[in-house]
This record gives sequence, structure tokens and C-alpha cells, in this order.
Amino acid sequence: MLVFAPVLIPLATALLCVFAATMPRLQKGVSLGGALALFLAGMALLRQVILHGPLTLVAGNWPAPFGIAFTADRLGVALVMIAALMVTIVVIWQHSDVDKAPDGPSLHPLLHGVVAGACGAFLTADLFNLYVWFEVALIASLGLLAQGGSLRQLDATLKYFALNLVGTLLLLTGVALLYGTTGQLNFLALSGAIAEQGNPLHLPLLGLLLIAFLVKAAAFPFFAWLPASYHTLPAPVLALFSALLSKIGICALIRLLCVVLVPAPAELLTMVGWIALLSMVTGVLGAAYHWDIRRILAFHSISQVGYMLLAIALASPVGDAAAIFFALHHSLVKAGLFLAAALVFRHTGQYDLRRIGGLYAAKPALAAMFLLLALSLVGIPPSSGFWGKYLIVKEGLAQGAYLWAGTALLVGGLTLYSMMKIWFEAFWKAHPNQNWQAPDGARLTPAYAGLAIVVAVAVIAGLFPEPLLNFAVAAADTLRGAGR
Amino acid sequence: MTPRPLLAEIFVTLLYPLLLALSLWVMLRGHNAPGGGFIGGLMAVAASAAYALVHGARPALRKMPLAPAPLSAGGVLLALASSLPGAWQGLPPLTQLWWDLHLGGVSLPLSTVMLFDFGVYLAVWGAVGGYCLGLVETIEGRR
Repeated sequence: MLVFAPVLIPLATALLCVFAATMPRLQKGVSLGGALALFLAGMALLRQVILHGPLTLVAGNWPAPFGIAFTADRLGVALVMIAALMVTIVVIWQHSDVDKAPDGPSLHPLLHGVVAGACGAFLTADLFNLYVWFEVALIASLGLLAQGGSLRQLDATLKYFALNLVGTLLLLTGVALLYGTTGQLNFLALSGAIAEQGNPLHLPLLGLLLIAFLVKAAAFPFFAWLPASYHTLPAPVLALFSALLSKIGICALIRLLCVVLVPAPAELLTMVGWIALLSMVTGVLGAAYHWDIRRILAFHSISQVGYMLLAIALASPVGDAAAIFFALHHSLVKAGLFLAAALVFRHTGQYDLRRIGGLYAAKPALAAMFLLLALSLVGIPPSSGFWGKYLIVKEGLAQGAYLWAGTALLVGGLTLYSMMKIWFEAFWKAHPNQNWQAPDGARLTPAYAGLAIVVAVAVIAGLFPEPLLNFAVAAADTLRGAGR
Repeated sequence: MTPRPLLAEIFVTLLYPLLLALSLWVMLRGHNAPGGGFIGGLMAVAASAAYALVHGARPALRKMPLAPAPLSAGGVLLALASSLPGAWQGLPPLTQLWWDLHLGGVSLPLSTVMLFDFGVYLAVWGAVGGYCLGLVETIEGRR
């Protein structure tokens, strides 16, 4: 039952929030309760998985390859924990007045809808069911994108919808064709059938799935939906999206290349490696061009997805562990940076770096928290980002992939440039408008509390990386073990 | 002044409960066996739509047991709740359980599947019915 809890709890919370739509205070309470319940269920599941290994449960008590199986392994449960943490912070953040999402009756149902879709995608062990959860997350996130209803937001929603729909349709086509040739949908059964049949037709079909997941992960050249939509979102929703949406694609990709395909065909891995390279470079260059903090951070997400893909393409136990570690690190740190950017906006009135400044003197606490997160994104030791990048570069060098590893280092340097740009423009230089007064903060505490939680978790992960690294290594081992 | 379509009004008023009863029967029987939650829900939408075409969207909305959004949310909640009895007995969620209800010689089979189907029925009625009546309301506004 516990295996299904991370899906059932947010679904039930979303539905209860619909009933409480006419009572906003009650709705917020239900929403917070649901978020905390998800967190507790995630903790309990994490404990079970660490003690006893992955748990599998087939809905409806059907025999194994026919029913829809959910498998809670370390990777899935860790991502569920991220989702629970982020949705809790979003609900807390909504009590502040820092670029929060407009309070409408459908906000909280949609938030939990995105979480339900994401958790389902993290835990499912069935290819068609994965598609269903992709759709759940897609529809709920569309609702959140369109919430504001301004022309700018509807434009972003349309682009997001159109590009994601292409990915989803490719996925559906791939699933249908693969089912047609193998007769299986369960990951493990599929893995066995593909290995047994050795059908050359499987490679293009798996390529279809790969492209669909790359669209979801916002990798080169399928990333257009991300920079087209992210900057129109209110801060807490943006943080939730950046923590979860690209991870849905990454998690599915890891499962495809580590569980379904053992060993993964070298052609696919090489392709993923080059896509990783191009994602890292285009993302970081796109970021260098922009002056809107949210756009800079959104482009960096593409670049960071490149790192995860590079780790996956290395296709070794260390590479998988690095990908998992990096995905967890990036979810936290990037969400935290978006939240910090929202506070910058609240204190200076702009997201545009050219029109703001002077925050180091005015808000030293915010400056410190931003710096910690930014240095972690760059990968300065001892931060969580450093450990992730260290593992990837080390494994790349060990495998003789000098170009890939060298590019990863170079992109790290360019990331430093972007982060320093934000630092100097927003914090260090004086505010260009001499008479600028930050509006009086009526309700800043919930926002600062939310940001502080993220920073605290990220800093602890950087200072004491060993438990998390061991966890990632064990997670990678279970994936490979499950595939055999 | 447009004349009232008296015949249609009487006909639809009589038809509405009949259609709902039929939709419930289809839900229980299923179209081509086991479950008919979805098709039953669509028939309920047809009943609401017919009512709206003659009497207007507002009265048709009032005839539904709840407003569309809570109706569909409640339906999905019922479907979710049908996963609990199985879980309560230590079986995986959504495991079907059957009970026989004896009513003086007649044995009536009850199951969690029925609860699930009823949830789907309400969800479809609420969601599709809501869209449908919303459309009718827009058209009424243009006239």
C-alpha cells in the first residue's frame, strides 16, 4: 500500500481541494496537510526501501507482467521526497506576498495534480502507465501555466503544450509499436523480451522513446518549451516545475537505459553523449546572453540537464550514481535559486539585472543564501554541485572521454560567469535608481523560511556528501541489478 | 414572442429520469460486460444535455446532484476509495473484493468494482456534463 501512497495522497489532496474551493482558508489547510502527509509517506517508504531494497506492488493483485506494477526503488523515492519537500515549500510560500501565484480556486488542486503525475512517473514500472502519468503532469502543469490568463502567459502555455504534445505523441507511438513487437509493457518483462528477440527493429523504436524523454528533459535540440514558458510563471510554481518537470524525463531516461536496455546499445549512448554536450553548451551560452534572472536560470537548467545526460551516457555504475546525485542536487539548488530570484524581485521591483542592484548592503542574508546556491550550481567545493560534477568529470576521464569531460569543465567556468553576472548586477553594484525604496515587506517571513529550508538541505548535502553519495551508488546498483 | 415548445418540454421532463435510470442500469451491466461507468456517465450527460436544450443550461445544472467540479472530483475520490478495502486487508490497492447481500432469498453481489464504476460514472457526468452545459450556456448567451 505504501508504494502507492505517493500517488494516492496528492490525488486525494487535489480532489479534496476541489471540494474546499469555496473556502480558501480550509483549502490552504488541506493542501498543506496533503503536502506534509506526502512527505511523511515518502519518509516511511524511504526507510522501507533502504532497509529491505526495492518494493514492487501490482495494482489489483493481478499476476506480475499483466497488472500495472509500481516499483519503489531508491531513485524513485528520492525524487518523491524532492516533490514532497517542494510542494510543502510552495504551500508555505503562498502565505507570503513574494511573486506568489494568484490565489484561485484551482491553484492548489493543480499543484497537487502536478505532484501526483510526477510521483506516478517516478514510481511506475510500466511503460504505458508512464505515459499516463506524463499526461497527468502535463495537463495539471498546463492549468498552472494558464492561471494568470494574460496574453504573455497564454502564449507560453501554447508553446509549452505544442512542444510537449509532440514528445507525448512520440512516446505513445513508441509504446504502441514496442508493445506490438514484444507484447510487453512492464519494464522488466520488456527488458527480457528485447534481449531475447534481438529484433533490429527495436533500435528505432527505443530511439522514439529516447526522443520523447529528451523532450521532457528539455535537452538539445528539444528544449524550446522550457525557456519559452518558465519566465512567465509565478515564483513558487516555477520552483516546483524546475524541481520536477525535467526530472520526469531524466528519471524515465535512466530507467530506459539502465533497466529496460541491459546493456544499452552503444549507438544510443553515444547519441545521448553528444546531445548532452550540445545541451551543456547551448544552455550556458543562452544564459550568458540574457539579463532577466529567470531566463538566465531557465537556460542553465538546460545546461545542467546536459550534465545528467552526460553521466547517463557514460553508462557505468559510477556514471549512473553521478546522474542520480546530480538530478537530486539540481532539483534542490535550481528551485532554491528561482526562489532567491523571487526575493530579489520583491526587494528591487525587477527581474531585469540592468535595472536593479544594491542588495548586498540592503539584504545581506538574502545575498548569502543566493551565493551559497550559486556556488553550488557552479560546482565550487564543498558544495553538492562540486561532488556531482567531480564524479562526472572523473568518470569521463577514466573512460577516456576527454572531449566530454573537458566540455563539462569549460561549461562549469561559463556557469560561474552567469552566476557572477547576477551577483555583481543584483547584489554588488548600487541600485541604478537612487531614490528606490524597497516596498515594505508585509509578509516576507514565509518566503524566507521556504528559501532557508532549501538552502539548509543543499548546504548539508554539500558538507556531508557521503551518505547521499552512498545512497546514489546503491540506487544505481539496484537499477542495474533490477535490469538483470 | 417565441412559442414555448410545450411538447418537447413535457417529453424531456419525462425522459430525464428514464434516461438516468437507464444510464445507471448500463453502468451496472456494462456495455459488452464488466464495467459501464464511462458509458453510463456519458448517457447521464446525454440526459443533462437534452434537459438543457429544452429548459436551458441553468435549470439543467440545478438538476445535477452537485455542481460539475465537485461532482467529478467526488467521482474520482470514490474511485480512489475503492482501492482502500483491498489495501485494508493487506492486498494491493484496487484488488477487487466481492460480497453477497442476501435480501430474503435474493442474493445481490456487491463489489469494490461497482464503487469504482460509480466513481467513474460521476466523474464523467461531472466533467463532460460541465463542459456540455457550459457550451449550451455560451450559445444561449449569443442568441
